[in-house]
Amino acid sequence: MTALLAIENIHAAYGLSRVLFGISLEVETGECVCLLGRNGVGKTTTMRSVMGLLRPTSGRVLWKGADIAGWSPHRVARAGIGFVPEDRRIFAELSVWENLDIAARAARRRGRWDIDAVYELFPALRELRNRQGGFLSGGEQQMLTIARTLMGNPELLLLDEPSEGLAPLVVETLLEKTRELKAQGVTILLAEQGVDFSLALADRVYVLEKGSIRHSGPAAELRNDSALRDRLLAL
Amino acid sequence: MAASFLFSQVMGGLTTAMFLFLIASGLSLVFGIMRVINFAHGSFYMLGAYLAWQGVQWLHPTGAGFWLATLFAAVTVGVLGAIIERVFFRSLYGREELYQLLFTYALVLILGDAAKFLWGVEQLSVSTPPILSGGIEIFGTTQPLYTLFIIAIGPAIAIAGSLVLSRTGIGRLVRAAQMDREMLDALGANVGAIYTGMFVFASFLAGLSGALVTPIQSIVPGMDVLIIVQAFIVVVIGGMGSFWGTFWGSVIYGEVLSFGILIFPGFSLFSVFALMAVILIVRPWGLFGRPL
Ligand SMILES: Nc1ncnc2c1ncn2[C@@H]1O[C@H](COP(=O)(O)OP(=O)(O)OP(=O)(O)O)[C@@H](O)[C@H]1O
Ligand SMILES: [Mg+2]
Repeated sequence: MTALLAIENIHAAYGLSRVLFGISLEVETGECVCLLGRNGVGKTTTMRSVMGLLRPTSGRVLWKGADIAGWSPHRVARAGIGFVPEDRRIFAELSVWENLDIAARAARRRGRWDIDAVYELFPALRELRNRQGGFLSGGEQQMLTIARTLMGNPELLLLDEPSEGLAPLVVETLLEKTRELKAQGVTILLAEQGVDFSLALADRVYVLEKGSIRHSGPAAELRNDSALRDRLLAL
Repeated sequence: MAASFLFSQVMGGLTTAMFLFLIASGLSLVFGIMRVINFAHGSFYMLGAYLAWQGVQWLHPTGAGFWLATLFAAVTVGVLGAIIERVFFRSLYGREELYQLLFTYALVLILGDAAKFLWGVEQLSVSTPPILSGGIEIFGTTQPLYTLFIIAIGPAIAIAGSLVLSRTGIGRLVRAAQMDREMLDALGANVGAIYTGMFVFASFLAGLSGALVTPIQSIVPGMDVLIIVQAFIVVVIGGMGSFWGTFWGSVIYGEVLSFGILIFPGFSLFSVFALMAVILIVRPWGLFGRPL
């Protein structure tokens, strides 16, 4: 069985500054896999490399067995990978509905997720549908950016630090929603700094350090062993 | 001053304005969305004029000949735009302004010479299409039908364009591309194709206005540079990248020019340059634009 996504030994750099030093990981269909690690270890860079937003200097990105490293982002998106960026990137001058509508037009992938389905998952967005993206709160923007990516019916969701900068109550809601997504069979690759959010969701984790993978294993291992957790993730 | 005289001046100003709008809107669209300042946009207008003349020669200036020639000119310039965008402009996106300026200026020189080579340096002219060759009496003045047609076409294109931008799916995609190209690409949109489409549309408009101007102005070498300077002033007045800003910028330009000649005879462009200078000092981003 080939994995849905398999990253094989990728190296990546921004200009001359090298950031990833041989990352390998796999995500199976239906799984929620989490990339854990502190500020600046390369979680976002890994996701950008998968998405085609950054071309890895070497290594392979296999999507259902085919190498997609070097593909343009829209081709990757149309192949079924959805990216939810950490900085959310809402189109500030478009309304909530317009943000969702263009995402469906952009990806051209029909499926379970359409405007009604995402409004059902995030009822608040229905209420806000005519509001401009730039006038949403942080939590609302986070819901919109997830909903927007879902409009493209991705088979794999790259979810980059969804809980960043949100109030605890909002994080709690978001956790519920993400769990719901997972229960509905969406495969998720999650990047997080915080252990609480990620360990509550993940089946397996990869712990990154300075652009390499330091540890990988079932999430349960980290959940139960606080000594291991402290050793790997102590700030 | 007699009311009829004032009315004539207003109509003259509006005619200038609507030609400028067709050209400046493309310039402003390309800048607003792709962030490239295309000096060769005036050359597309010039090519539109020459191609319309050529088409009329082939098709005879009677009946539908002029309209077919106009369509031929606009479409050909649009196709040329597609080729130029695909082959050359691609590598200009995101580059420094200096590269863009040098490249598009080189294009001005090349297209200018190509036009001289193909059509010579003599003045050429095209007669008014028969159906619009008459005039009608308004306020004691005789307004040529063709002028009225041009004055109607500007607002029609402005309204259609802004409706497409604000109400349609493709309009939403274009606005999103303007806001965040990379994010739109990551959502699955082929932003490169959207860019090409916008560039072709802008080139088409430039070719169209070049063709439509031929019954009013003779076709001469140098009309490309003359028009691009004016289109720039319009875009600066209205605000870079603002569609309605370009429209009102054109109207202001046309009227200031039309009445400025009365106040400063012999310095026809003085009043518009003065206006542009004042706007650049008070609102450097233009009347309808936003600070960059
Ligand atoms: N555009 C860029 N240009 C240069 N260096 C960059 C750029 N983006 C990120 N970096 C550097 O690459 C390294 C990895 O960054 P990355 O964003 O992948 O980390 P991260 O794990 O996502 O961190 P965070 O938890 O803060 O989001 C960091 O040292 C960062 O400074
Ligand atoms: Mg990050």
